[in-house]
Amino acid sequence: MSRLFFLFCLIAIQTLSPANAQEKTESDFPPAIEAEARTVGKSLRCVVCQNQSIEDSSAPLAADMRQLVRERLAAGDTPEEVRAFMTDRYGNFVLMKPPFQPDTFILWGAPFAFVLIAALCWRLYLRPGERILDTPDPLSDEEAARLRARLQEPGDI
Amino acid sequence: MGVLAIITGFFAIGLTRDPHALPTMMIDRPMPDFKLEPLGDEIPLLTFSDVKGEVTLVNVFGSWCVACAAEHSELMKIGNSGAVTLYGVDWRDTAFEGRQWLEQYGNPYSKVGLDADSRLAINLGVTGAPESFLIDTEGRIRYKHIGPITPEVWQETFLPLIQEIEGGKQ
Amino acid sequence: MIGEIGLFCLILALTAAVVQSTVPMWGAYARNSRMMSVGDSAAVVQFLLLAVAFGCLIAAFASSDFSLRIVAANSHTLKPLFYKVTAAWGQHEGSMLLWVLVLAAFGGAVAVFGTNLPATLKARTLAIQGMIGVAFLAFIIFTSNPFARLFPAPFEGNGFNPLLQDPGLAFHPPMLYFGYVGFSIAYSFSVAALIEGRVDAAWARWVRPWVLASWCFLTVGITAGSLWAYYELGWGGWWFWDPVENASFMPWLIGTALLHSALVVERRHALVNWTLLLSILTFTLSLIGTFLVRSGVLTSVHAFAVDPARGVFILGMILLASGGALTLYALRASVVKQGPPFAGVSREGGILANNLLLLCATAVVFLGTFYPLLIDTLTHDKITVGPPYFNMTFAPLMILVAMIMTFGPFVRWRSDSAKAATTSIRRPAIAAALLGLVIGTAGKSVVAGLGFGFASLVIFGLIAWVIKRTRLGLVPLSQSLYLARAFPRATWGFLGAHLGFALVMIGVAGTTSWNSETVSVMRPGDTLSLSGYELTLSSNTITRGPNYEAEQLTFNVALNGHPDGVIETERRYYPERDTFTTEAGIRPGPLANLYVAYSQSESGEGYTVRFNRHPFVIWIWIGGFVIAGGGFVSLTDRRFRVAAPHKTVRSARRAHAEGV
Repeated sequence: MSRLFFLFCLIAIQTLSPANAQEKTESDFPPAIEAEARTVGKSLRCVVCQNQSIEDSSAPLAADMRQLVRERLAAGDTPEEVRAFMTDRYGNFVLMKPPFQPDTFILWGAPFAFVLIAALCWRLYLRPGERILDTPDPLSDEEAARLRARLQEPGDI
Repeated sequence: MGVLAIITGFFAIGLTRDPHALPTMMIDRPMPDFKLEPLGDEIPLLTFSDVKGEVTLVNVFGSWCVACAAEHSELMKIGNSGAVTLYGVDWRDTAFEGRQWLEQYGNPYSKVGLDADSRLAINLGVTGAPESFLIDTEGRIRYKHIGPITPEVWQETFLPLIQEIEGGKQ
Repeated sequence: MIGEIGLFCLILALTAAVVQSTVPMWGAYARNSRMMSVGDSAAVVQFLLLAVAFGCLIAAFASSDFSLRIVAANSHTLKPLFYKVTAAWGQHEGSMLLWVLVLAAFGGAVAVFGTNLPATLKARTLAIQGMIGVAFLAFIIFTSNPFARLFPAPFEGNGFNPLLQDPGLAFHPPMLYFGYVGFSIAYSFSVAALIEGRVDAAWARWVRPWVLASWCFLTVGITAGSLWAYYELGWGGWWFWDPVENASFMPWLIGTALLHSALVVERRHALVNWTLLLSILTFTLSLIGTFLVRSGVLTSVHAFAVDPARGVFILGMILLASGGALTLYALRASVVKQGPPFAGVSREGGILANNLLLLCATAVVFLGTFYPLLIDTLTHDKITVGPPYFNMTFAPLMILVAMIMTFGPFVRWRSDSAKAATTSIRRPAIAAALLGLVIGTAGKSVVAGLGFGFASLVIFGLIAWVIKRTRLGLVPLSQSLYLARAFPRATWGFLGAHLGFALVMIGVAGTTSWNSETVSVMRPGDTLSLSGYELTLSSNTITRGPNYEAEQLTFNVALNGHPDGVIETERRYYPERDTFTTEAGIRPGPLANLYVAYSQSESGEGYTVRFNRHPFVIWIWIGGFVIAGGGFVSLTDRRFRVAAPHKTVRSARRAHAEGV
């Protein structure tokens, strides 16, 4: 319960705090690093937010993470290495795009599977045999005889 | 129909899971190297070498964190009990705010350091305060607790683990 | 006093719902017309009672009656009256009350306007609707009472989340609720028809206007939500694949499939079972959405107070409602009349393919939304399925949908030759491909090329279709115009809705490919440049609102050196909640939006300003509203409203003559 309360505080703080956390502001980095950092930042999830990347979030931890991303890129890390750094500490939760690994095979494979199943359904649905209208059973001999007799009677049928 | 049943089953179980509780990646890994700022001259500074040699409990807190105030009395007890060495990491505060908070509530920690830019917090995979890490004599993280330490948590989770570490001296 | 009246009405409404659930059902079984008509009265009474209850809630909010718990938690005396009122449905309890109110409204509407329905079907439908009402009213009264008291009553309330103090809030939830709660009627009709033992084309025709109406409202609701997020949240996003957004989107996708199935039924008596199953599925998704928002199962920016206890209740309801309906379907499948056969290349075939694609899309969104939960329960591992996943999987499906959408209207019913159909779209396809190629290379973006290419395929296809139908070029212009004017409203609806879809595609493609952004610390006099625009901070002023104070920044804009007006943006501080909000400065335009927002820079000197250019983004919402508009126009077509059996022959003949 207090955890929940804390989260509420954090969300309240989110809107309170500035985007920059440091005296060294984000725009202190060269534009190339800055641009790369934004791309990487968009792929990292803010772990204390409900559903935002660290670029979009105003949470203080997100600001710190953004700073860290820039520093590491400036120090020579590749974007992949920066992401690995984060997942090393926070797990796959911190990635916006789920990685391709055994427990996400279903996730990534499913869309193709769905389309294939759909195509299959389409074929099956159109198979002529199943789409014929209901035809009534043919008359038995007794019924046929009765019908013939009826038809020969005068008056309304 | 079967699909519906399975899906509902998952939802039902899902209700019992807390989507905010991130599992920790740091279990059985060494405490990352860190350099913290001092809170003040009178408060001993926590350094990396302090977490080796004995069983320590590192508690991440902040003056802005309401739940930390809630767990504080338990921390005072733990600090005084001597069962474990209690260290504090003041996360996202200024030295002034940290000092004020400790003055107001009391200082349960043997040593404290200030982590203003979240470097240590990020290295520990911290997502909120309070979080506490149990470190063994070789500086390896053995357990991470998210949220305030209640008496029950201390009794039922931490103490047995501390005894196990000290007994086994792994 | 107001609270007591409200609660009393709630309890009475529950009683009415119980009556509505039981008496007409028995009456239909026993062919007792008096008992059946009880359903009508009960439905109307239930609606009136809930309207009064809701009125009480609004009155409590308007008068700042803090003795009611939710008013104290969500309101404040300084809040403007408009937002006091809208806060009535801005939290869990109040929004649930709105939910059942809309449920009862639809029930009442069927009771009053469904004069051409057979008595037994109407009675059973109202009974099912009543049962849903019973379940949700019980839920409200026992777990989410909006009229719960707070003792002692505080003098002041907690205020209301400033993000929600916006006209958008007045509009977005009610529209959404009219949408996905409206699909409850389709569900009720379906279950009633299964019980009745008669599921045929006539039945589907009666359901159709209700489906169309709900779908239109849902379209408006979702579009409004996206627009609201864009201008209110301060970072220029318009869709986040957030679980709760997805919860409203999935019923929309299936609702679209349902809509098209219902359209086919009128012409060909085919796809009846699709209409039935999709009705059940759409409402199931609505219920699942309700479950998502309120149970704490997933993290989302939208989540209301999270409470697993409530989650269990709703989960039970979902199981009962969907499981029950599907079991019934399994048992009674024989009463569902099969339609005449059709070939793969046919209008029905196209719509069938469309349905399957939309089902795929829904399945993908569903999987992506719930996968974190799935993994968590199985392996305790936490992962995030974020926008990248959805964008990569959803977009290709929409491209396929665009292709079918272009192709379909040219294909004849029952059976057609693929060659004939492809000849009709050959020219539009080539033109679209060229356009896509040009835009893709000039704009240096594959996404843009594909998006614009397929959107123009749809649009050129529509133009080609109109040309063909009006025989433009083959006959004198006046005759073409005459033919155009003779288009039934449903045709204009189809043209509008499909055009809207293409516009949305253009908006999405443009903004996704060509968004540009720059962030910098600025002091008065500083300039920021982006894509030929120059933004100069000229002044900052402090202003006050009724319950906030704001710091407003004014920027001079220059385009390629020439002065081009001014943009203002502000940050507001709401003391009642001790939070800030950003009111971004937006300059909309058909080619691009300019978007400016700022926050305080850490050092205290200057401001951190974010300046964005969002190309074509405005077409997303224009497109959305055009889609809904098309739907509403269709709704006014008499053929879609008047669905009694004796009109079948006449309307079929007329439709045939028009060749739609």
